[in-house]
Amino acid sequence: MQLENLYDDFRDADTIKAYAKIIANDAKKLKKPINIMEVCGGHTHTIMKFGLPQLLPKNINFIHGPGCPVCIMPKERIDHAYILSMQSDVILVTLGDMIKVPGSHGSLQDARSKGADVRFVYSPLDSIQIAKENPDKKIIFFAIGFETTTPMTAVLVEQVIKLKIPNIVFHINHVTVPEVMVELIDSRDVHVDAYNNQIDAFLGPSHVSVISGSKIYDKFPKEYNRPVVVTGFEPVDVMHGISMILKQFIENRCELEIEYKRVVTYNGNLKAQALIEKYFQKVSLFKWRGLGNVPDSGLRLREEFANLDAEVVYKDILPIAEIEDHKLCICGDILRGMAKPHECTIFGTACKPTTPIGSCMVSSEGACAAYYKYGNLL
Amino acid sequence: MCLSIPSKVVKIAEDKSFCTVDTMGVQRDASLMMMEEDDIKIGDFVLLHIGFVMNKIDDVSAQESLDTYQEILALLDEEEKAKIILEDDNCPTRTI
Ligand code: SF4
Repeated sequence: MQLENLYDDFRDADTIKAYAKIIANDAKKLKKPINIMEVCGGHTHTIMKFGLPQLLPKNINFIHGPGCPVCIMPKERIDHAYILSMQSDVILVTLGDMIKVPGSHGSLQDARSKGADVRFVYSPLDSIQIAKENPDKKIIFFAIGFETTTPMTAVLVEQVIKLKIPNIVFHINHVTVPEVMVELIDSRDVHVDAYNNQIDAFLGPSHVSVISGSKIYDKFPKEYNRPVVVTGFEPVDVMHGISMILKQFIENRCELEIEYKRVVTYNGNLKAQALIEKYFQKVSLFKWRGLGNVPDSGLRLREEFANLDAEVVYKDILPIAEIEDHKLCICGDILRGMAKPHECTIFGTACKPTTPIGSCMVSSEGACAAYYKYGNLL
Repeated sequence: MCLSIPSKVVKIAEDKSFCTVDTMGVQRDASLMMMEEDDIKIGDFVLLHIGFVMNKIDDVSAQESLDTYQEILALLDEEEKAKIILEDDNCPTRTI
C-alpha cells in the first residue's frame, strides 16, 4: 500500500468538500475578491498538496507567506555555518532541514563532502551527548526557526550552563513572526513606487502560536485592519480557517480568532516564553532571504551569554559583508502577494528544487518549490 | 508535512525533566523542560516537537484526532507505522 495514497484518502475528504460548499456559498456574498496570506510554510504545503486552490471559488486567492525558516535564511548566515563547519576542531550541529540550503560557498552537504563534521539532529538536546563524546572538539549549535523552536534552543543554553558543559556554543538564527507580518503589510517594496501589497487577511501559524499564544497577533485586526485566524495544519483545519475569515468579511468584522483551539490559547506556553525572554534579545535588523532587512525580527543571545555566542567567539573568521540576492529572483514580490512563482523568468528552468536560486525554492514549503512539485494541480 | 499526532504520556521521570510518550503504539522519551512542573500528568495527550513536549492537547479534540488516525493506521503494518512517525519527526515544517 502506498503511503502517499493513504495520506490523500486520510484527510477526511467529505469534510473538506462540505467546507468547500459552505465557502463557495459565502464567497458569493463578498463585495470584492480577497487575498489570504498563509504565513506558515506548513500551510503552504497543505494548501498545495491537497489542491485547495482548486476547491475554492475564484474570488479567494492565496498569498504564500515567508514562514519557512530554511527558506528565509540569507546566504550570509549559511556562509557562517559553512565557514564554522570547515574549522578542524569544530562539529557543527543543526536540524536536518538545513542540509541543502545553498550559500555562496555551497551547502552544508557540500561542506560535509569536503570533510567537515556536520551533524543533523532530531532534537537540540542531542548536542549534549555529542559534546560529551567529543571533549576535544567545539560543538557549534546552528539554531534556526521561529518562536516554535526558540525555546528549545533556550533549554539547551540553560542545560549547557547548568551542567557546565565547556564545549558548546551557539550560532543563533531565530526569527519572529509578527515583525515580518508587519513588514509585509506596512513597508514599501523596493521595486515599486507606491507600495501595493495585496494581503487582506492572515491564516496564523499553528506551532508558533502554540508557544506564543494568539496574543502576538492582536495588533493586526486593531491597527492594520487585517483579520487573523490561527489555524491548524490539517486540510480540514485550513478550510475551516478560510471559512472563518470569510464570515468575518461578510459580517463586516475584523478580529483575531483561533481555529486550532485544541492546542492554541490566547496566552500560549508561558514557561517557553519566559525561557526565550531569559536568554534572548532582539537584534535591530535581521536580513531575510528574499525580503531584505526586517526591523526587530531576529534574536541573539543576551550580552551576558556572549561567551556562548559563536558570532562573538568566532568573529575574526565570520564575514559581515552583505550578499545580494540573485537579480532575476522575484521572491520578495511573491511573498508580498504581487507575483506568483511561475511569473519568475527562471522558474523551473535555471531555478528548480535540485538547483535552487532563490529562497522560495530551497525547501519544500517554499512557494516556488510547492508550485514546482504540485504545479500540475493548478 | 506535520501530522501533529497526539502522543499520550505513559511515564514521567522521577526528576520530572522528561516523560515517556506513546505515539500510536511507539514509545519514546520527550523533554518536559518547556512545561511547568506538574502541568503534565500521566494519561495527558501532548503535542511533540523536536523532542520536546510543547503543550497539552485538549482531551476531547485529541481523542477525536486519534480515532481518525486509528482508522487509517489499522490498515498499516508495523513497519509503515514506524515510517509515518519517523516522517512526522523529520517533518520539514517542524521549525515553525
Ligand atoms: S523560481 Fe527561484 S529565482 Fe524565481 S522567484 Fe522562485 S526562488 Fe526566486
